[in-house]
Amino acid sequence: MAQADLFQALLRLGDNTLVLGHRISEWCGKAPALEEDIALANTALDLIGQTQMWLGYAAQVEGAGRSADDLAMRRDVWDFRNLLMLERPNIDFGHTMMRQFLFDAYHRAALDALARSADPRVAEIAAKAVKEATYHLERSAETVIALGDGTPLSHDKMQTALDLLWPYTGEMFESDAVDAALAAQGVMPDPATLRADWLAQVQTTLGAATLTLPDDPFAHSGGRSGARHTEHLGHMLTQMQWLQRAYPDAQW
Amino acid sequence: MSGPDATAPARTGEWPLFEVFIRGQHGLSHRHVGSLHAPDAEMAVKNARDVYTRRNEGVSIWVVEAEAIHASAPGDKEALYDPANDKVYRHPTFFKMPDEVDNM
Repeated sequence: MAQADLFQALLRLGDNTLVLGHRISEWCGKAPALEEDIALANTALDLIGQTQMWLGYAAQVEGAGRSADDLAMRRDVWDFRNLLMLERPNIDFGHTMMRQFLFDAYHRAALDALARSADPRVAEIAAKAVKEATYHLERSAETVIALGDGTPLSHDKMQTALDLLWPYTGEMFESDAVDAALAAQGVMPDPATLRADWLAQVQTTLGAATLTLPDDPFAHSGGRSGARHTEHLGHMLTQMQWLQRAYPDAQW
Repeated sequence: MSGPDATAPARTGEWPLFEVFIRGQHGLSHRHVGSLHAPDAEMAVKNARDVYTRRNEGVSIWVVEAEAIHASAPGDKEALYDPANDKVYRHPTFFKMPDEVDNM
């Protein structure tokens, strides 16, 4: 069932960018500075653009007559395959930027490997997305350093955010049968192989930010497998999907 | 971080203001496009990228702290600019070209 595996893996990619894109779009109009507001909105738009490509290809691979929009707006919580970390509420600007950094460092490494995929469409999408992710990472890393190595208050907020988010980072590097099958075909990297690069980047940046890496290896999981989402995703979807739920097939 | 400067005006909590210059394409000069706030020059370049190049406007960005710019005073405009008005010979169009010269 190679196509079913590819469909699952594409949902994981597209749901990550969709859910994080929606989360950071929630800052639009109320970020702490005008410049940050525009920058976060740009990042959200990049991620939603990537979602269109991943879910568009997923719909094509599935071959069930669904579109990218159907996948985004008409699935419920249990069908989403995003990482749990990305559905967490924004909480505050520091938590948002810490999550962004932890994800960007993984995302850039993943897209870099995906750009060499044996599947030409996957390689094409990743090659376009990796340029955006490279910029996202530069920006979020710099912000994490500035706030971590900033005032005592901003340092404490960033350390709290890191401690809260750390147990959610392990899920990025989980592998299952879908990952093994796709890695064997050279279509997608085994997530476990991305961990060393990610950790190196994270240690460098968080070191410069004077923050302490938690050493608890516990990792939440269940998002990318779909087994168990947090209670936050359902609330997010009721907002994100409200229009299609209230007015199915509405056009504008 | 440097210590507080007794002569500096009280900080408002705002990031410093930067003026932004963007080169639209290779071969053109940088043009002033606007200003923004940023904690430092590196972040100002990134903010400029996000605020002023969203529609493919540029290939190069300069930022400079607004307080580093020295400007002429509007009140000096008569002394500075009016004297040029009656010196038409400073324009190339003032001079007649000899007929033998086709192009210059």
